[in-house]
Amino acid sequence: MQRFSALSLLRHGLGRHQGWKPQWRNAQPKPGYDAIIVGGGGHGLGAAYYLAKVHGITNVAVLEKGWIGGGNTGRNTTIIRSNYLFDESAALYDHALQLWEGLSQELNYNVMFSQRGVMMLAHNIHDIQVFKRHVHANRINGVDNEWLTPEQAQEFCPSLNIDPNVRYPVLGAALQRRGGTARHDAVAWGYARAADALGVDIIENCEVTGIRRDANGAVLGVETTRGFIGSRKVGVSAAGHTSVVMGMADVRLPLESYPLQALVSEPVKPIFPCVVMSNTIHAYMSQSDKGELVIGAGTDIYTSYTQRGGLHIATHTLEAICELFPQFRRMRMLRNWGGIVDVTPDRSPIIAKTPVKGLYVNCGWGTGGFKATPGAAHLFAHTIAKDEPHPINAPYTIERFRDGFMIDEAAAAAVAH
Amino acid sequence: MSKQFRIKGTGRVDPSRPINFTFDGKSYTGHQGDTLASALLANGVHLVGRSFKYHRPRGILGIGADEPNALVGIRRDAARYTPNLLATQVELYEGLNAVSQNRNPSLEHDRMEVNDKWLSRFIPAGFYYKTFMWPKSAWDKWYEPRIREAAGLGVAPSQPDPDVYTQRYAHCDVLVIGAGPAGLAAAKEAAATGARVILADDRPVMGGSLLAAADTNISGEGEDWYSAGAWRKEVLAFLEKQPNVTLLPRTIAFGYYPHNWIGLCEKLTDHLAVLARGAPRERLWQVRAAQVVIATGAIERPLVFPENDRPGIMLADAARTYLQEYGVAVGQKVAVVTAHDSGYRAAHELKAVGVDIAVIADIRGRSVVSDRAVQAGLNVLTEAKIEGTSGKLRVSSITMTAAGMRSNFACDAVLMAGGFTPSVHLFSQSRGKLVWDNKLQAYLPGDSAEAERSAGASRGRFALAEALADGVDAGREAAQAAGFTPGTPAFHPQVTVKHAIGSGGYLGAAPTSADLSKAKAFVDWQNDVTAKDIVLATREGFLSIEHVKRYTTTGMATDQGKLSNINALGIVSEATGRSIPQIGLTTFRTPYTPITFGTLAGHARGMLFDPARVTAINDWAVAQGAAFEDVGNWKRAHYFPKHGEDLHAAVNRECLGVRKSVGIFDASTLGKIEIVGPDAAEFMNRFFVNAWTKLGVGKCRYGVLLREDGFVTDDGVVGRVAKDRFHVTTTTGGAARVLGMMEDYLQTEWGDLKVWLTSTTEQWSVIAVQGPKAREVIAPLIEDLDVSAEAFPHMSIGDGKICGVPLRLMRVSFTGELGFEVNVPSGYGRMVWEAIWERGKAFDMVPYGTETMHVLRAEKGYIIVGQETDGTVTPDDAGLGWAIGKAKPDFVGKRSLQRPALTAPDRKQLVGLISSDGRTVLEEGAQIVDPAAPKVPIGHVTSSYYSAVLGKPIALALVRGGRQRLGESLYVPMPDSVIGVQVAPTVFFDPEGARVNV
Amino acid sequence: MLIINCPYCGARPELEFAYGGQAHIDRPVQPADLNDEDWTGYLYLRENTKGIHAERWRHLHGCARFFNALRDTRTDHFLATYKVGEKAPEVTRP
Repeated sequence: MQRFSALSLLRHGLGRHQGWKPQWRNAQPKPGYDAIIVGGGGHGLGAAYYLAKVHGITNVAVLEKGWIGGGNTGRNTTIIRSNYLFDESAALYDHALQLWEGLSQELNYNVMFSQRGVMMLAHNIHDIQVFKRHVHANRINGVDNEWLTPEQAQEFCPSLNIDPNVRYPVLGAALQRRGGTARHDAVAWGYARAADALGVDIIENCEVTGIRRDANGAVLGVETTRGFIGSRKVGVSAAGHTSVVMGMADVRLPLESYPLQALVSEPVKPIFPCVVMSNTIHAYMSQSDKGELVIGAGTDIYTSYTQRGGLHIATHTLEAICELFPQFRRMRMLRNWGGIVDVTPDRSPIIAKTPVKGLYVNCGWGTGGFKATPGAAHLFAHTIAKDEPHPINAPYTIERFRDGFMIDEAAAAAVAH
Repeated sequence: MSKQFRIKGTGRVDPSRPINFTFDGKSYTGHQGDTLASALLANGVHLVGRSFKYHRPRGILGIGADEPNALVGIRRDAARYTPNLLATQVELYEGLNAVSQNRNPSLEHDRMEVNDKWLSRFIPAGFYYKTFMWPKSAWDKWYEPRIREAAGLGVAPSQPDPDVYTQRYAHCDVLVIGAGPAGLAAAKEAAATGARVILADDRPVMGGSLLAAADTNISGEGEDWYSAGAWRKEVLAFLEKQPNVTLLPRTIAFGYYPHNWIGLCEKLTDHLAVLARGAPRERLWQVRAAQVVIATGAIERPLVFPENDRPGIMLADAARTYLQEYGVAVGQKVAVVTAHDSGYRAAHELKAVGVDIAVIADIRGRSVVSDRAVQAGLNVLTEAKIEGTSGKLRVSSITMTAAGMRSNFACDAVLMAGGFTPSVHLFSQSRGKLVWDNKLQAYLPGDSAEAERSAGASRGRFALAEALADGVDAGREAAQAAGFTPGTPAFHPQVTVKHAIGSGGYLGAAPTSADLSKAKAFVDWQNDVTAKDIVLATREGFLSIEHVKRYTTTGMATDQGKLSNINALGIVSEATGRSIPQIGLTTFRTPYTPITFGTLAGHARGMLFDPARVTAINDWAVAQGAAFEDVGNWKRAHYFPKHGEDLHAAVNRECLGVRKSVGIFDASTLGKIEIVGPDAAEFMNRFFVNAWTKLGVGKCRYGVLLREDGFVTDDGVVGRVAKDRFHVTTTTGGAARVLGMMEDYLQTEWGDLKVWLTSTTEQWSVIAVQGPKAREVIAPLIEDLDVSAEAFPHMSIGDGKICGVPLRLMRVSFTGELGFEVNVPSGYGRMVWEAIWERGKAFDMVPYGTETMHVLRAEKGYIIVGQETDGTVTPDDAGLGWAIGKAKPDFVGKRSLQRPALTAPDRKQLVGLISSDGRTVLEEGAQIVDPAAPKVPIGHVTSSYYSAVLGKPIALALVRGGRQRLGESLYVPMPDSVIGVQVAPTVFFDPEGARVNV
Repeated sequence: MLIINCPYCGARPELEFAYGGQAHIDRPVQPADLNDEDWTGYLYLRENTKGIHAERWRHLHGCARFFNALRDTRTDHFLATYKVGEKAPEVTRP
C-alpha cells in the first residue's frame, strides 16, 4: 500500500501525481474464498478489513452489487455518538467510538472524524427526565455525556435560540463532546484500500442472486451476476436489502425496510459548530467541512425499496429546522436524497450467527448504522472468524426477539403520560 | 462605459427605465428587464466571483440556472441577506445591493489566491484524504477549522428571516414544465381541449429560446407568418385568456415525486424594489397532475481546455442570448471555440451588431457551416487544438493550433460552444429510464415511470421546427391521456431561420497539445475540478462515475453538475477506455435548483409550527398566572405560583392544601374513549389485561393495556356506564395510539364483535376535585345523582347534572384522597369549573397543576405510564400483576408475558426509595448500584419529589429484583457524591388506603 | 406524497392514511397454543418484500377503516386496494 502523508503528497505533486496507484484493485472474482462479505458499505468493507487484520483471514471477497459505499454509507448525515441508554447499547456504540478515534491513523486514510460534540435538545420535562437518565447511565458506563442548561447549550452552539417563549423552548441539552461527524465516503474508501492491501478482493458490480447450501443446509457459497463464488463462510451486511439476501437462504428476519431522507443546504462559511439533534421536533443538523448544512429528515410511514421518500417528509423536517433556527430560513436546500434503512422491532441491530451454518448477518441498524461502522465491522469480523459472537455483540442475536430480551432504546425514550 | 456594451434596439430591456444598483459597493446602472448578470456585462464587468478551492478569478459563464461562477449575496436589509444567488437569475431592481463572495479582501486581490499559484500542485482531488492525520489531535483542533474557513461560499444570514412564505396545493390535467417553444406549443394544444393546464417557467418572461431567436419566422395555421417574438406573444395571449389555464412565470419545477406529485417554487417579491408589507416572498406549489409534459430544454455545454475559466470566457449561446434578450455584447473582440454549429450562429449574430470576431476555432473538420462563415468574412480555423488562454482578471488572449500553426489571438471574451445536453433532470427524478443516444451523444428520456412525456430540446429535438412539432404532439397526447379530446388534426408550424442551431457537440477534454497533467482545464468551475483531477481519480481506481464524482467533487457544486457531469463522463470514458453507457450516470436528485428552506416550511412557524392543544379551562389557568408545561401537543398547567413562589414552594403548598382540605385540577387532557355495543365487555376482556365481565354497571376499574409484545403501553380508569357501554380513560399522550390500536383489533381481528368506538377526549372537560372536603364542595351543585359515601363509594361512576348541565361523575382518586372527576361537556367546562371554584373558596380550595398531581400520586405509589414504565416494563415489574385477569384465556400481550425474558427472576421491579439522610431529593434518571458491585447499575430512579406531607423526599425506582430487596441499602452515584438510599414499599402515605374510602 | 385509493372513499392523499404493515397476518385464535418460535413469527417476522407487497392501510382521517393494498415496493406504485376480508386480487406483475 502506498503510504499517504503530507510528504507523499509533496513528492507525488512534484511528479504531477502520475505515480499514484489504485486505492484498491478492480478485483475479479476467484472461484472460492475463506470468507465472503455481501455488501460493500462501510460495515462490510470494515468487516473484511478486520477479518484480515485481526484474524489473519485474508482470502476474503467483498461483493457489492453497485459501487462501494453507494448505499447508506454514502447517504447518511454522518452523526457519530455513543451516549445510548442501555448497557448493551453503550458498550456497542462506545466500542465503535473508540475505534473512530484512531481510525484515520489505523487506515492511513483521513476519514475526517471531527469530535465537534453532539448536543441533544430537551424541550419538555419528559425529555429532561429521559436525557438525565442517559447522562447518569452513561457516566457509570464510562461514556461521556453531560447535562447543559439552556445557557450552556447556547454557549456551545451560539446559533441556538433559547427564548423560553417559543412553541418548543430549549429546556436543556445532553452533550456528548466526543461525538461528532466523519466523511462518509472516506470510511468506505479507507477500509477498502486497507483491506485490499491485506489481500481482500473488492468486487463491484457483482450482485448476489442466490446462496448455495449443502445437503445439511450449510453454506457453500453464493450465486452472483458474475457466477458462483464458493465459501463456507458468508457474512451478509446489506442494510436495506438484508431481507432480500437472507431470503435466498430461507432465513426470515424481523426486519422492515423504510425510506429515510436527508438533505443539505448550499455551502456557507462556518456558522454551526456542532451537531444538534432534537428528537421531540425531529430535527438533526450539522455543518460539513465543505460548508453545507447537513440535515437528517424522517422516515416515510411505509416500507419501500425506492431510495426516495415524499416531499412532505423533507418539508416537515425543514419546518422544524426553521423553527429552531429561524436565521436559516433564507438558506436553500441544495440536494435531497433517500436511503433504505432496515429496522428491527426494538430498533437495535442484529450482529449474529444465523440458523444456517456458515451464514452470518449484520443488519437492523435502522437510522443509526453509520456511527457504529468500525465497531460493527470489528464485531462482525470476530463473529465470522470465531463462529461465535464477541461479548459486546453477544446480546444482539436473532433469538432475542423470540425470548424477549429486547434492547429497546426507542421505547425507553417513548412518551406517554 | 456601459454604452460600449449595450447594443441599441436589441433585446427586451427598457432603456427608458434606468435602474441603479451596486456591486461590491460600486454603483452601476442597468435597465428595466435586466438581470444582475446582464447589467454587469453591459457595464463591462465580467469578474464576479472566486472559485471554491483555488480562489481563481471568475466571470459570468452562463445565463441561467446552470451558472457556476456568478454567485452573489443580495442584501436587502440587515435581516434580508441571501447568499449564493445566481447573478444570472437575480432580476435587477432599483437600489439592488449585491456583494461578491469567497474572497478576502476583494475580488481583485484575494489572499487565498496562493492556493492557485503555489499550492494547487500539491492539493489535487482528494488530497485531504491523504494528509492532515498527524498529529492525531490536530485534525479537529487545527486542520479542520482552517479547511472550513477556506471552504463555504457565501455567509449565512445571521438574523431571523422576517419574510413570510406561502404554499398552495393544486390539481390539473396537464402540467407543462417550461415555456419555451415546445412548452408553449404543448400548453396551447392541451388548453384547447378544455383540459386544466398549468404552465410553469422559471424565468420572469415566458418564451425560453424564442426570446433570443433572431431572424426567425414561424408559420400560422393560415397563410400567415409570425416572427418568433410575435408567435410567442400570440400564444401567450391565447393562454392568458383561457379560464382553464394557469400561467406561472418565475416558477421553477424543482422536484418530481411519486404519483405525479410535482413541487414548484414561485418567486414573488425578490424582483421588487419595494416590498409590500406582509407580502409572501415565495410560494410553494404542490401540484398533482394527471399528466405532465416536461419541456425543460437543454443546457449548453462548455468545452474543457486549458485555462478555460478566466473571466470573459463563457458559453457561446449564453453570450448570443445576452445580445438578443438584453442587448448586451459580452465583449468587443471575441474568440469563439466550438464543437457545434451553434458557435457559428453566435459569431454571426455578434458580428451583425459590430462585435469583432477574432477567430472561430472549430475542433471539428471543415463543413458547410464553416465554409459559410468563411464566406461571410469570418476567420475560421478547423481541426483546431485549444492550447490555453491568458489574462489575469479578464481573458486577454487565446492560443490555438490549427494546420500545424500555433497562433495567439487577442480578445476580451472567449465563447465556448460544446453542444447541448438535454435537461432530463425531472424525467430522471420521476424514475424514468434514460437511454444513451449515440448519435446525439446524450442521455435521452426512455420508458416512463410516471404519467409524463418529454418534449422539445429536453429529449433532443433541438431545432425550432422539431421542438414546436414535438410540443404540439405532447400537448395533444397529454390532454388525451387525461381524458380530453383534441380537435382538428395536429398542425405543425413551419419555421424559417437565418442561422440554424445546427448540430455537433463534444464530450470530455477538447483536443490540445498542452500536457493535461499540468494544465488546469476545468470541468467543474465552482468546485475547481479539472480534467487532470478526473484522470487522477480513475488512476487511483475510482472507476464508477459516482466514485469519480465523490472523490473529485465534480458535479457537487451548487449547480449540481448541470454543466460538468457530461464532460466528466467523457473524460472518464477516455481515461478508462469504456463507453459512456458502461460508466453510467450519476443520479439526478431533487431539487433541480436550490429551494429556500422557508418556502418549504411555509406557514408552519411559531405557534403554527405545531398548534398547541388547550382545554376549556386553559384561559382560567392563564389568568391565574399558572406556569405551563408541554405534554405531547397539550399545554398543561404545571403549577400555580402565588406571590413569587418558585416551583417547589408552590407545589408544597398545593400538596398540603389537597391533603388538608381540597384541591381542583384540570384533567381534561386525559384520553377518553366510549366503547359501546352488545359485545363491549368481551372486547374489553380481549383488549385489556383485566377481567371486565363482572364489573357492575356504575363501577370503575383501573385498566392496564399491553402491547402484543407484553410490555405496558397505557393505563387508565374505566367506568361501566351501562351493560353495553364503557367509559375508558387513557393517558394524555396515549389517547390516539390506544384508539388506533383498538380499531386495529376490532376491524381486522375481531370482526365477530359488535362494538363501536368513539373518541370522546374533546367531548368532556374533566375537573378533578380531590381532598377530604371534595364531597362537601361538589355535592350541593349536583342533581339527579346521590354522591353520598354509601350510595357512591370509591370507584363509582354515574350520570346526573351539575350546575344544571349534564354530568358524568367518577369517584376516583389519583391522590389517595377522597376524590371525584367531574366530566361535563367541554362547552360547560369553564362555567362548572368556576362554580366549583367559587364554592371551594370556603374550604381554602387550591388549584393545582401537574407537578402536584405527580407528587400526590407518587406518595401513593401510583405509576405514570411513560415515567415508571418505558416500553420495557411488564405489569408485574410495575407492581400491577394483581390487575391481570388470571382466568382469562387470552388478552393482548398475554402470550408474550410467557417468553423467557419476561419471566426471568431478576427483572427490574418498581420499589420505593428513601434517601438515607432524610434530606436529599434524588435526581430522576439517576442510576442505582449495589454497594457490593458499585460499577454495575441495577436500576434507576423513575420519580423523585420532596413530600411536604411526609416532610422528606420520596422516590420510586425500577431496581433489579427490587421486591426482594425491601429494606436493603443501595447507592445512587452522582458526579460529585454518592447518595445512600433504602429500598421501601412503593406506598409512602396512607398505606391502608383509608382516606379514599370516606 | 402517494395517492391511495381507499375502497370506501376513493383516491386520497397519503396524509389521510396510516400505514399498517404487512397484510394477511391473522392473529392466532389461541396464542397460548403457540410455541415461542411460532409466536415470534406472528409478532415480528415480516416478508419485507422487494416487489409486490400486500399491506394494510387505514384511512385514518377519512372513513377510519382499514383496508388492504398491493403496492410495488420498488416503485411505490399501487396495483390494487381491497377491503379487509377479501382475497388479494390477481394482478399482472410488472
